[in-house]
This record gives sequence, structure tokens and C-alpha cells, in this order.
Amino acid sequence: MPEIIYQGKAYPCQPDETVLDTLRRNGIEVPYSCCAGACHTCMLHCLKGEVSERSQKDLKPALKNLKYFLACQCVPEQDVEVALPDDEDVYVSARLVEKEQLSPTVWRFRLEAAVPIYYHAGQFLNLKNEAGWVRSYSLASLPNEDEFLELHVRRMPDGQMSHWLIDHFSVGMHIEIEGPNGHCLYTDGEPERPLIMVGTGTGLAPLVGILRDALHQGHRGPIHLYHGVRTHDELYLHESLLAMAQQHNNVYYHACVSGDEPAEGLQAGRAADIALGEHPDLKGWRVFLCGAPEMVQQTRKKAFLAGASMQDISADAFTTPEH
Amino acid sequence: MSTLFEKIGGDAAVNAAVDIFYRKVLADDSISHFFETTDMEAQHAKQKAFLTMAFGGPNNYTGADMRKAHAPLVAKGLNEDHFNAVAGHLQATLEELNVPADLIGEVMAIAGSTKDDVLNR
Ligand code: FES
Repeated sequence: MPEIIYQGKAYPCQPDETVLDTLRRNGIEVPYSCCAGACHTCMLHCLKGEVSERSQKDLKPALKNLKYFLACQCVPEQDVEVALPDDEDVYVSARLVEKEQLSPTVWRFRLEAAVPIYYHAGQFLNLKNEAGWVRSYSLASLPNEDEFLELHVRRMPDGQMSHWLIDHFSVGMHIEIEGPNGHCLYTDGEPERPLIMVGTGTGLAPLVGILRDALHQGHRGPIHLYHGVRTHDELYLHESLLAMAQQHNNVYYHACVSGDEPAEGLQAGRAADIALGEHPDLKGWRVFLCGAPEMVQQTRKKAFLAGASMQDISADAFTTPEH
Repeated sequence: MSTLFEKIGGDAAVNAAVDIFYRKVLADDSISHFFETTDMEAQHAKQKAFLTMAFGGPNNYTGADMRKAHAPLVAKGLNEDHFNAVAGHLQATLEELNVPADLIGEVMAIAGSTKDDVLNR
């Protein structure tokens, strides 16, 4: 079995173990989150030896050349020497240019990166503050239309990063960002296909980006967007989404409230249930899911059983946009 | 002489079959719990590997892999009835795709040959 050399010590691998498994089994703290190759939190630097193609598949060319790889995706075939990544290679600095409260719990942040970031609407960034806390947030902006990177942050009772961002991170300050990551995005070439999007909470952020991207690229088929929240005051983009649905006759916005009596024009119940209830046959549809992990998992299965092809269901393995 | 895999339509046929097949398996309450996982995409990829093998196509499966992969399921009670149910869904999938009967027979024979390994017998 190959060995992993870390800080001068060798750790033998067990069969089928990833680099991340081996290090963690030996009590070494490597940051990680999704274990699915999506969040890039587990990125390591390979100092000696070879890593699998799969473990580098999604990395930027520059990082590939430097022999960075994802520890959770790499089952080594030979001895490798690894180290934690150099932050200067991976993170870039970004300045907060705007911060606005959109609802009792959600804030909008607009950031300006020190170097241009090439991304697609729907992808996400990792943010790291001075204390070294790292969290992922989806991009709600459009690269060719918006000047700044837009993120939506919801105050989570146990989410220390969300408290820090909302209470301490103010306009003019800098934060480290890494990205973009993720595959939940609009692909062009089939402008007539119907799209269905279901997002809970700030899972709305990437969906709004994807929706605007689709329109920008001339999508003509119907686009149904379901936003699910508990109480109606959490419908934090209500007015602008209503306006968007007014302007485009192929855009349908469904505001779904599960917790209290919905006011006029809102739908009562969980967004995913309402969406699948109204569209029981999803054959030929493209499906986008974002929000609470349980909702994403269950809805992925239901959408598949309702006829959507697996490759047409987009939801990032990283499915916890709310911290 | 073209192989069974080529006669059925190669990779394109596997792609057409895998969604239909996996959907049938998930919708069958008597077996779906063996396939329920948080990572549906990975599970879908496994079903594709299985179909590729059943079609007699290129694959990296060995009997030992089959045993190892299914051992946890056997521990959870996977038995011959479940095996037959999955085989039934495979047959129904091929019929739905209008694969000729003699080719279906060949595919089913390959699938049947994995039974002892799958059930760890
Ligand atoms: S933990 Fe490896 S990419 Fe998320």
C-alpha cells in the first residue's frame, strides 16, 4: 500500500482510502466539508509523487500546474508527500463595497475582488475571514452584467460566520475569497426547454443568478422559480422577482410560505411539494435545486422519479448555503 | 462478429437504459431502501456500470468487487427475491426500449451469472 508523507511522517493507506481518509484516520486535521469534490475545502498541495487526474479535474489550470489536488477525491497509487495549501496561491482579497439588509434575516453583500474572477451565475465562493473561518456562499450576480460579486447571507442562530459577516464585516473592509466552484449553472443551446427551480431560504441566490443568466442568453421556454420560506417577511427579493415575472412572459415566480398564513398572491406549503404538485411530469425539464440539504436530496429523487433525467438535475453536492 | 454490447447499441443504449432502469428500481418499495443514498449521482453511476456489464460491454467489475460492494447489503438482508426483482426491472427496461428478445435473453443470462457474487454465496 502507498504511504502519505505529511510533515515528515509517513502514514500507510488502507485499500480504497482517499488521502483525506488516511490523514483523518491518523488524527490529522485537514479542513474538509462535502467529501464529494465540490467545495474544495480539502485542497492540498502535492510536493512529491503523482495524484489522480480525478482529484484535479475541477481545479483552475494554475492550481493544477502547482500540483494542488482535492484530498477527498484522491486514492493514491504511489507514495505522495503532501502539505496544506499556501493561502497566497488560492485566495484573493476582496473589498466590501455595499451591504444592505433585505429582510429581517437576510443581508446582501457586494464585493469587489482585487483581480477579476471569471465565474458563471450559480457558482459559489469560499470566504475566509481573519479568524480563519471558511464558509461557502453562492453568487447571485451575473459576470457580464454586474460590476460586483453579490452574495446573500442569512443570519443563522448557530452560524458564527453569518454573525461575523452581518455584525462586524463593514463596507471598506477586506476578506479573502476562493473560487468560483460548483456546477449548478445554466447551459445554453436549448432555449426552448422548460426550467424548474426550487430554492429555500438563501438558496434563492444562485437560482436568481441562473434565471437572469438564462434570460440574458435568450432562453424562451418557461422558467418556473419556487422560493420557499417559513414566514412571508423572509421573501427577501419579492418585489424584484414579481417585476421580473411581469417583464418576461416566460418567467413564473411562486412565493411559497410554509409557516404562517400566506397573504394574497402567496402559496401555502413547502416550495418543493408545491412545485412537484404543479408539475407532476418533468420529462424533458431541467431542474435546479438549492437550499436545505434534506430538501435538495428528497426533491432530487422526486424530480427523477417524476421523469427528469439525472443529468438534467443540477444541485451542488455542496448544499448548505446557509451558515 | 459484433459483440452483444455493440448489437444493443453500445454506450448510447446504456445511457438510454440507465435512467429508466434506476427509476424503476427506486420506485419499487420492496427494494428501493437498498438504493437509497444521499449521493444519488454516485448511485446512478453505479447502475450505469452494472448495465454496461450486463450488456457485455467494457467494464472493470470483477466477481470480487461484486462481492465486496454487496456485502453490506447482504448484511442488511439482501436476498434472492430482491435480486430477482432487480432482474425483472432490467428485463422490463429492455422491453420498453424494444431490444430484440434474443438479445434480452443474452443480457439476462449475464446478469443472472452474477447472482452468487451479489448475494455473497
Ligand atoms: S471535502 Fe473535498 S471537495 Fe469538499
